Amino acid sequence: MDIDLLIRQLINSLNTGSIYALVAIGYTMVYGIIRLINFAHGEIMMFGAYFAFVIATSLPVELPFFLIVIISMGLAALMGIFSEKIAYKKLRTAPRISALITAIGMSLFLQNFAQLLFGATPKVMPRFITAAPIMIGNTAVSMVTVYTIFMSIIIMVLLTLFVKKTKAGKAMRAVSQDKDAALLMGININRIISLTFAIGSALGALGGIFYSVAYSQVYPTLGVMPGLKAFIAAVFGGIGNIGGAVLGGYTIGFIETMTKGYISSKWADAIVFSVLILVLLFKPSGILGKNVKEKV
Amino acid sequence: MALLEVKDLTIRFGGLTAVDNFELILESNELVGLIGPNGAGKTTIFNLLTGVYAPTEGSIHVDGVNTKNKKPNQIVMLGSSRTFQNIRLFKDMSVIDNIKVAYHNQMTYNLLSSIVKNKKFRREEQEAVDVAVELLKVFGLEQFQNELAKNLPYGKQRKLEIARALATNPKILLLDEPAAGMNPQETEELMETIKLVKERFKVSVLLIEHDMKLVMGICERIIVVDYGKIIAKGSPKEIRKDKAVIKAYLGE
Amino acid sequence: MGLSKLFGTVLPHKAYKKLSISTVFINLAFVTIIFLVLNTLINTGILNRYYSTIIVLVLVAIVMSASLNIATGFLGQLVLGHAGFMAIGAYTAALIGIALYPVITDGFLFLSRNLLIFLISASGAALTASIAGLLVGTPALRLRGDYLGIMTLGFGEIVRIILTNVEFTGGAQGLKAIPRIMTFPIAFWTTATIVLVIYLFMFSRHGRAILSIREDEIASESVGINITKYKIMGFVLASMFGGIGGAIFAFQGGFLAPVSFGFIKSVEIFVIVVLGGMGSISGAIVAAIFLTFLPELLRDFDQYRLLLYSMMLILTMLFRPQGMMGTKEFDTPRYLRALKRFFLRKKKTDDLLKGSDQ
Repeated sequence: MDIDLLIRQLINSLNTGSIYALVAIGYTMVYGIIRLINFAHGEIMMFGAYFAFVIATSLPVELPFFLIVIISMGLAALMGIFSEKIAYKKLRTAPRISALITAIGMSLFLQNFAQLLFGATPKVMPRFITAAPIMIGNTAVSMVTVYTIFMSIIIMVLLTLFVKKTKAGKAMRAVSQDKDAALLMGININRIISLTFAIGSALGALGGIFYSVAYSQVYPTLGVMPGLKAFIAAVFGGIGNIGGAVLGGYTIGFIETMTKGYISSKWADAIVFSVLILVLLFKPSGILGKNVKEKV
Repeated sequence: MALLEVKDLTIRFGGLTAVDNFELILESNELVGLIGPNGAGKTTIFNLLTGVYAPTEGSIHVDGVNTKNKKPNQIVMLGSSRTFQNIRLFKDMSVIDNIKVAYHNQMTYNLLSSIVKNKKFRREEQEAVDVAVELLKVFGLEQFQNELAKNLPYGKQRKLEIARALATNPKILLLDEPAAGMNPQETEELMETIKLVKERFKVSVLLIEHDMKLVMGICERIIVVDYGKIIAKGSPKEIRKDKAVIKAYLGE
Repeated sequence: MGLSKLFGTVLPHKAYKKLSISTVFINLAFVTIIFLVLNTLINTGILNRYYSTIIVLVLVAIVMSASLNIATGFLGQLVLGHAGFMAIGAYTAALIGIALYPVITDGFLFLSRNLLIFLISASGAALTASIAGLLVGTPALRLRGDYLGIMTLGFGEIVRIILTNVEFTGGAQGLKAIPRIMTFPIAFWTTATIVLVIYLFMFSRHGRAILSIREDEIASESVGINITKYKIMGFVLASMFGGIGGAIFAFQGGFLAPVSFGFIKSVEIFVIVVLGGMGSISGAIVAAIFLTFLPELLRDFDQYRLLLYSMMLILTMLFRPQGMMGTKEFDTPRYLRALKRFFLRKKKTDDLLKGSDQ
């Protein structure tokens, strides 16, 4: 057994897992609050990466990476809020399948809109973080990876604190439990839903930026595969559960990286999809999710 | 042998015992009321009888057959059919198609017949239409047969649900609060219809109501449950005087 | 039988809206006329090869959406991996076709060589696709709504990845040298047959059982429908016809690549069903024609095609969630009657006008 290779793979899976976890949180939060699989979330992630790309390459002044990330996350948050207001709000009381179809439509729309704006050919993403790699044993770990892992973990801790401790976070949990009751308690549901979309989209954008920096590319279909896998992660952990999304993100990242490293990179995606199907079949509510039965 | 025989029926959801040692013997052509305050476990008993839930303990025999491990559709074929408290019609299908769906198991033609439309297909489909129209007439719904079920007024939807249950050719009819949401006059009418249905179709009826007065008039026997347990049973006259029942309904 | 005995013999009821034989014949005549017109136009070269290809692609889209309609429109189950069944059918048919083409060098009885090869290959496609439908449908019974959609999406992706990575399907480079035996008449009558069969099926006790599951599973079970059996039946029929659609597609292009059967393809089929009206076969047909022709006419604007699709999808859901036709069906005799009434009335008014003139 090659220890260096193993360390390399473990770090890679932490890196991929962090990105999946960030994106999965967006899926899970939106699902928790309006019971919608927001198919367009992967595209918000993609737009996040494009925002960073545009800010970094077209502004006359060179902004620090941190600022670029914040602005991109803010723009993505706005985009998330608008997408909800335009496409999903009217369908809150409609059958769930209608909202889901709309979300698929929104996903395709954003994808093709990006293609129209930026062209289909991949753009080279600036490297942003140029600091020298650090060494763990004999393995060089790039600072991008270090940033990705640590920033993701910090953000996830902050989010947990936000949801658990703040008033808005409590309101959010209340709305996800029972919208009508929350309304009667004087919670502004529209605001809470907007806030959820904003946070989810911002985290998705962050994931998108890290993803595109890691592969140094940005293109219109960038969000499709990681988006799907992040969704699988959310389902794996138990959709609607933030802790579950994080657990799922790292698990899927681990499975994918290890398959690529030790089995075959050609079959990695097939294995991740098989994991999805198995989870759906044997524990559709996910590892940390609760089972809900229909009332007769 | 009794048509429906229920022994020691118990179901627990986690720590909660929703139905506790429920017993019932229903003979043919009986009309029995199952009453109790809200949340007493009446609908849960129905869900157990129809196979929606599997009991934790106890047994149910429909027409002499144990329903253990049987699915709801198999129990229907043994001869027990139900309606729902919160109407469950096939909303986007026509009124007559609602009945025809329930007549499904009375027909036998196979997949190929439905493609080639052979004689058997035509005979059975015609029969289904005839039966459906007659059933609708019983409930005064025949002029609505081509309407979508969702466009019927509330009271008529309740009636359609009973008609649909009858189309499965049951021996036992389980009605879950059939008069819910109806005004007193409609309720009275419905109770008369139920009596008539019982005589005409030779079915036994088990009727859930939480309003006691309604069932007093038509039921021969009444069983009262509270907190999942039987607290009284007997003729309407006996029930009216029963202390436990009065307590359950009026509180201490 | 008990109930009908109880009621005794009842006279046939007037309001019985049955699918009468004459209705079938009038619709069939209508379809034949369309065939003759198109066939003449193609044979005389008025519609060139480019257009005849598009027409066959429209037919494929009709088969795909009509079949998906069984699972999504009638059974009410969200399927986002229909392209997976199409792919299985297409590759099966192509591989059988490649093997048979050198062997079968002549027609048999009244069957031409092309038709013979197609029938055998399409049967194979129907078989493998329905086995896949059974494999996906059986476990999928435990899932509902969006979860089922995601599972079928996963299935579609797995099929695509397998086709990309195994040798005998030609891998990512695709499967080449498939005999191009597809002719307009074969494609047309295969499509017409499939649509007719689905239509007839839906007007039977089996079809009604499937519809009742869409409406309310619990109620359906409570009136004695074996929902497990009918869900599997719905899935298998949908995948089987989807596989045949794939077979037509394979012999039309002569070339198959896994990328043609990705998630986008599944979504395209799905969009047709949604726009046509979930639960309406004729709606799906109209939408299939419209959505396949439109982008071809707008070839120069190819980059807008999916943009348009997606906007239509969103707008449909927001403003007309039941689609063009809802659950209604196109009914030629009814339209003929309406037309007749229209002309009669017009004639009457004309006469009246004439009368007043004099």
